[in-house]
Amino acid sequence: MRKKLRIISSLIAVLGVLALGATACGSDDSSSGGGGALTMAIVAPSASDDLAFSQSMVDSVNALDRDITVQVTDGTFIVEDAAAAIRGYAEDGVDVIVAHGTQFGASLAEIAPDFPDTTFVWGTATDTQGLDNVFAYAPAADEGGYVNGVVAAAISETGIIGVVGPVEAGDAVAYINGFVTAAEAGGATVNVTYTGSFGDVALAAEAAEAHLANNADVLTGTAQMVVGAVGVASDAGVPWFGTQSNQTSLDPDLVVASQVYHWEFALEEMLQLRDNGTKGGQTFEINLANGGLVIEFNDGFELSDDVKAAADAAIAGIIDGSIDTGA
Amino acid sequence: MSDFFTSSVLVATFASAIRLATPYLLASLGETIGQRSGVLNLGVDGVMLLSAFFSYWTVLQTGNLWLAVVVALAVGIIMGVLYGIITVFFEATQGISGIGIFIFGLGFSDLMFRQQVGTPKPVQRLPSVDIPVLADIPYIGEPLFQRSLLTYLAFALVPLTFLLLNKTTFGLNIRSVGENPQAADSLGVSVERTRFAAILIGNSLAGLAGAALVLQLGIFQPNLTQGMGFIAVALVYFGAWRPLGVMGGALLYGLVNATVLQWKSLGIIPVSISDLAGMAPAIVTIGALILLARRVNAPAALTKPFSRH
Amino acid sequence: MLNKVLGGLVPFLAALVAFAFGAIMLIALGANPFEGLEAIFDGAFGSGERLAATAVKATPLILVGAGITIAFRTNVVNIGGESQIIGGALLSTVVALGLPDLPAFLLVPLVIIAGAIGGGILGAIPGALKAYASVNEILSTIMLNLMMVQFMNYLLRGPLIDPYELEAGTRIPQTERLSDNAALPTIIGGTRFHLGVLIAVAAAIVAYIILWRTPVGFRLRAVGHSPKAAKAAGINVKRNITLALAISGSLAGIAGAILVFGSEGQRMVTDGSAAGFTSSAGFNGIVAALFGGLHPLWTIPSAFLFGALLTGATQLQRVLQVPSSLAVALNGIIVIFVISSSRVRTWLQTTLGNTNLFGKEEDDEDDEEINSTAEVTT
Repeated sequence: MRKKLRIISSLIAVLGVLALGATACGSDDSSSGGGGALTMAIVAPSASDDLAFSQSMVDSVNALDRDITVQVTDGTFIVEDAAAAIRGYAEDGVDVIVAHGTQFGASLAEIAPDFPDTTFVWGTATDTQGLDNVFAYAPAADEGGYVNGVVAAAISETGIIGVVGPVEAGDAVAYINGFVTAAEAGGATVNVTYTGSFGDVALAAEAAEAHLANNADVLTGTAQMVVGAVGVASDAGVPWFGTQSNQTSLDPDLVVASQVYHWEFALEEMLQLRDNGTKGGQTFEINLANGGLVIEFNDGFELSDDVKAAADAAIAGIIDGSIDTGA
Repeated sequence: MSDFFTSSVLVATFASAIRLATPYLLASLGETIGQRSGVLNLGVDGVMLLSAFFSYWTVLQTGNLWLAVVVALAVGIIMGVLYGIITVFFEATQGISGIGIFIFGLGFSDLMFRQQVGTPKPVQRLPSVDIPVLADIPYIGEPLFQRSLLTYLAFALVPLTFLLLNKTTFGLNIRSVGENPQAADSLGVSVERTRFAAILIGNSLAGLAGAALVLQLGIFQPNLTQGMGFIAVALVYFGAWRPLGVMGGALLYGLVNATVLQWKSLGIIPVSISDLAGMAPAIVTIGALILLARRVNAPAALTKPFSRH
Repeated sequence: MLNKVLGGLVPFLAALVAFAFGAIMLIALGANPFEGLEAIFDGAFGSGERLAATAVKATPLILVGAGITIAFRTNVVNIGGESQIIGGALLSTVVALGLPDLPAFLLVPLVIIAGAIGGGILGAIPGALKAYASVNEILSTIMLNLMMVQFMNYLLRGPLIDPYELEAGTRIPQTERLSDNAALPTIIGGTRFHLGVLIAVAAAIVAYIILWRTPVGFRLRAVGHSPKAAKAAGINVKRNITLALAISGSLAGIAGAILVFGSEGQRMVTDGSAAGFTSSAGFNGIVAALFGGLHPLWTIPSAFLFGALLTGATQLQRVLQVPSSLAVALNGIIVIFVISSSRVRTWLQTTLGNTNLFGKEEDDEDDEEINSTAEVTT
C-alpha cells in the first residue's frame, strides 16, 4: 500500500518540480500578433502529410499567395484535443484558424463567440452555424469522381473497374458515387469495396488484389490507406486514379489523374473578405467551376486525344450544369 | 456467388489469405515461444511497427531488401533485449511492460516516419520466388509456391518451432520454466537465461513480421499495423500454444479476411453492410474456438515473474 | 533509513530518466526541451480551464482503470476496454435518441445506466465465453475490440446517421446532436469540468467498496486468489468470472456514455477507428490501473497523471510544432521505466541489508500481483 503511495506521490513530485523549473526557465512568452504577416493555424484530424484530406489543406494554405506564417496541429481527430488546440491558437492571437474537420463544429460554436476578432474557417461543412466569424467550406468531390470515371471507363479494356474505399461515409461516398455514375455510363462495370478502415494499408492492398482477380484493369480509391492499393496497381501495371491530393508521386507511370482539392481559392476569398472587415458568416463550396477542384493529369501517362476530349467535355458539362454526377 | 467458385478467383483468394497470414504467423510463432517460457508480451504490435519502419527506411535509403530484413531482425533483437531486461531482470509486471513497449513503438515509429520521410513514398516490394516444379502445379502452385522468401520462412518455422519446443533440450527448458520455474531452477536450469533467450527469439520473429508486412506492401504509414500485433497474441491462445494450431489460426483469420474482400469485390456482400461483414474474421475466430472446444491449460507460470527471493 | 530514502527515490529517478529521454528527443527534433516541458505543464495545469480539461481527460481512464482492477483481482484480463467503451456509448446514444424529451434529472441517470449496461454486456460476453466455453479472454476481448469498431461504423454511417448529413450529402458518420437534456451539466462554469468527472471518482470509490467491503467482492477476490479453493468453499467460479468482466465492462461503458454526453459535440462521431472515439482510453486505463497498484482509489491520481500527459501533449505540439507522437513515445518510456524501477528499489534495499522497515503491509490489498492468464480449471 505505502509503496504505491510512494510511486504516485514521487511522480507527482517530479511533475511539480519540473513544472516549477520549466515555468522559471521560460516565462518570457513570445506573444505573436501585432502588425506584420497574417498568422494562420490549421488543426487537422489526421497526419498533415497523409497524401489525402489533411495534406490537401496544409498544401492549400502554403499555396496562398500572401505573407503569412502557418502553424499546424495535426492528428487531432478527438474533438476535445482539437478544441484545446483551437482555443490555444485563438488565445495566442492567431488571425485565422482553420478547423479542418466536420466534428469540430460544436467546439467552434463554443469558442468562436469568445474571440470575435479571430476568423475561424471550418469544414467540411455546409453552414456556419449562424456565427459571424466562421467561414464554412465543402468540396463537390463527386465532380472529380465523375471526370475520373469518364476517363477510367474509356481506357479500361476489360470493362471492369475496381474501387477501394474506406468506410462508406463522408466525401469518399461522393467521390465514389460520381465515379461510378460516369464509369457505368461509359459502359464499364464498377466493383466497389469498402474495406472498413481508413488506416489499414494491408487490407486496402488485398482489396485491390481481389479486384484484379475479378479482371479489373483500372483502379481508383480514396482515403489515406489507398497507398497500399496503389502499390498493387503498380506491380500489376494497372492505371490508378487518385483523389484529395495529387498522388502521382506514388507511381509516376500509372497514376492517370488526381482530383486535387485546392482550398486556396476559397481561402483567398475568405481572406479578402476579412481584409474588408467581414470576419465570417459565409459558406464556400470548391468545385470544378470555381477552380477549387482541379483534375491534375499526369503527363507521364499517355492519354489519347479522344479520351482527353471526353474528359474536357465532362468538365465543361459539369461546369455548365448539363451533366448530373448522380451524387 | 457462382463468380466466386471459379478457379482463378479461388486461387487468388487463397493467395491473398497466405499473404495476409504471413505477418500474423511470424509474430504468433514468436509469441508462442515466449509464452511457453512463461512470458506474455503484449508489445508485439510496437515491435512490429518499429521494425516495419526501420526496414522500410532502409529500403528507402539503400534499395537493399535483404539489408532491410536484417535491420528488422536487429530491431527485434534490440527490443527483445530491452523487454528481457525489463521482465526477467527487473521482474516487472509483464502485461503493463508490454503495453509500454506497444505505446513506445506506436509513438516512436510515427515520430521517426514524420521526421525522416514525411509523405509516404513507395519502395520496391519483396519479389515472389517460384519454387521449381511445385510452382507449376495447377491451383495450388500459385498461392503456395509463388510467394516471397519471408512467407516460405514463416511456414517453414511452423515445424521448426515444433521441433525446437518438443525435441530439443532448449525446448524442454523453455517448457519447464514456463510450467514450473522453481522446479526447473532446482534442476539447474537457468530460468533467467532461458526466458531471456525465448524473449529474444520471440521479438526477432516479431521484427521479421514487421518486415514481412512492410515489404509486402512497399510503403509505410504511421500505425501501419493497425493492431495486428494484438491479433497475433490472440492467435497464440487460438492455437493453444502449439505451432500448428497457431498456423491454423493465422490461416483461418487470413482466409476469412480474403474471402470477405473477394465477396465485396464481386458484390456478393452489398455495400450497405460492408462494415458488418468486416466483423466476420473476429466472429469466425471466436466461433471456431468454441466449436473446437479445446481445453488446454496455459503454461502454468505465464506472466509470473520468477524470483528466488 | 538510508535505504528507505533511496528506495523512495527510485521511481522518482525513473520518471526523471524517462523525462530526460523525452528531452533528448526534443533536442534531436531541434526544440528546446525546457520549452517543451513548459508546454506540457502549461497545457495540463496552466489555467483552471486546462486543469479541468486534464480532469476530463482522466475521467475515462479512472473508469476503465477501476474496472481493470476488479477484473484483475478476479484473475481475468480485460483488454476489451475499447469495445466496452464503444458499447456503452452506442447504447446510451440510442437511449438519448429514443427518449430525447425526458427531463434532465431522468435522462442523465438513464444514459449513464445505459452506458453501464452496454459496456456490461460487452464485458459479460468474454466473461461467459471464458467461464462456459473455455475461450481465453485475451483472445475474445481483442476480437471484440475489432468487431465493435466495425459495428460502430455501421451504425453511425447507417441507421443512426444524422439525417441532415444524408440531406446535405456530406455523409459524415455521426449522429444528430443529442438531446440537451442528456448533457452532463458542467460543475465549474467556464470550464469543461462536468458531472462525469465526479461520476468517475464515485465509481472508483464504489469499485473499492465492492471489492473489499462486500460479500460480492470477497467472492471475486477468492476466485482470483485460487479458483480451486473458492470452488471448495462453495463459490460459483464461473458465475463470478462472468460477473467480474461484466462489472469491469460496465465501468468502461459508463466512460463511453461520458465521452458522448460530456463532450461539446454532444453526439457520437467516428473516424473509422476505435481510437478516434476512445483516445485509446481502453489501453491507457490499463496503464493507469497498474500504475495505481491495481487499487481502485489509487487509479484516480494515476489516471490524472496520464490525463495531464495527454492534454499537455496537445499543447506541446501546438507550441513547439513537434509531432504529437513524441508524447506518445514518451508515455511508453515512462511506463517502461517506472514499471522497471520497483525491482531496483527492492534490490537497493536488500543490498543495503535491511529487509523490512515498513512493518507488515496490509496483506489483502497489496500482495497480489496480476497473474493474468492462468486458466480456470473447474
